[in-house]
Amino acid sequence: MGDGVETLDPLMVAERWMDEGRNVAIATVMETWGSAPRPTGSHLVIDGEGNFHGSVSGGCVEGAVITEALDVIGGGEPKMLEFGVADETAWRVGLSCGGRIRVYVERLG
Amino acid sequence: MDPLLLRKLNAERRARRAVIHLTELEGGRDRIVREGDTVAGTLGSAIEAAFRSGKSGTFEAEGQNFFLNVHLPPARIVVIGAVHISQALAVVAKVSGYDLSVIDPRTAFATEERFAGVDLVADWPEDVLKVRPLDRYTALVAVTHDPKIDDLPLLQALKSGCFYVGALGSRKTHAKRVERLLAAGAPQQLLDRISAPIGLDIGAVSPAEIAVAIMADIIQAFRRRDLRTEAKP
Repeated sequence: MGDGVETLDPLMVAERWMDEGRNVAIATVMETWGSAPRPTGSHLVIDGEGNFHGSVSGGCVEGAVITEALDVIGGGEPKMLEFGVADETAWRVGLSCGGRIRVYVERLG
Repeated sequence: MDPLLLRKLNAERRARRAVIHLTELEGGRDRIVREGDTVAGTLGSAIEAAFRSGKSGTFEAEGQNFFLNVHLPPARIVVIGAVHISQALAVVAKVSGYDLSVIDPRTAFATEERFAGVDLVADWPEDVLKVRPLDRYTALVAVTHDPKIDDLPLLQALKSGCFYVGALGSRKTHAKRVERLLAAGAPQQLLDRISAPIGLDIGAVSPAEIAVAIMADIIQAFRRRDLRTEAKP
């Protein structure tokens, strides 16, 4: 894996953050229905300060996932989240894909 | 996820090995499965299918729900020849999201100035490929026009099952190349896999246009590759 690819890879970023002593949560797209923007298996990684890397959608649900991830980092229990990405908010930012996604959020360590 | 498991997963990915991160959804237990590892039963079949398709997803087996996250090595391009086309291809590959390396023993061509920011090795392909072997997730592009430099990596690429093997040269040049490789013992069926003249036929003329045609050819080969007929590593 080249350096360029590695610096942008969420799981590599998660490992780096872990080595820096940060608290980390990993969000994973577990299932998609319809034309979801990111495929199953995609990751978003979040640290305790709310910094994040990667994506689980085209940008429409990341905010909500980050909020839940901070909760998971605090409490430790993993969460399963479900989003319909064709809601009003999505329309406003121009995303009309009409898909649904399920996202698993867990703490690293 | 266990920190040690994340390290193991990333180490496998850095080494360009295909792996699956397997999670039991109810208990949360997870582990890493390497391509070729034996897993029994219907789960084993699902794992094999996932390695072939590259698609992640949930799967039910033995009354348990599993999540299979497939990590295949990222596609990369190895270019033999630090020529004008390669300079353009390095740029096109970067925006297309493919890693790229250039190998050329001719130090007049393989200069830092001509290939700033590109992974460039000024050495014989024979020596370089010994330490950086080709694999199924690699595209090989031979563009030196020189049989002394191009032929050996072309043969290695075909034997390694590279998902794309392309060689620069007219139909006439390629016919001569095929003759040479046949004489070297390569079967015709394998040589038929070489894309030559290289690149999709879009009427490309300039080196940059040829680079775009090569990139399109590579993308097509990667996205439409027939996983069932791929050689085992």
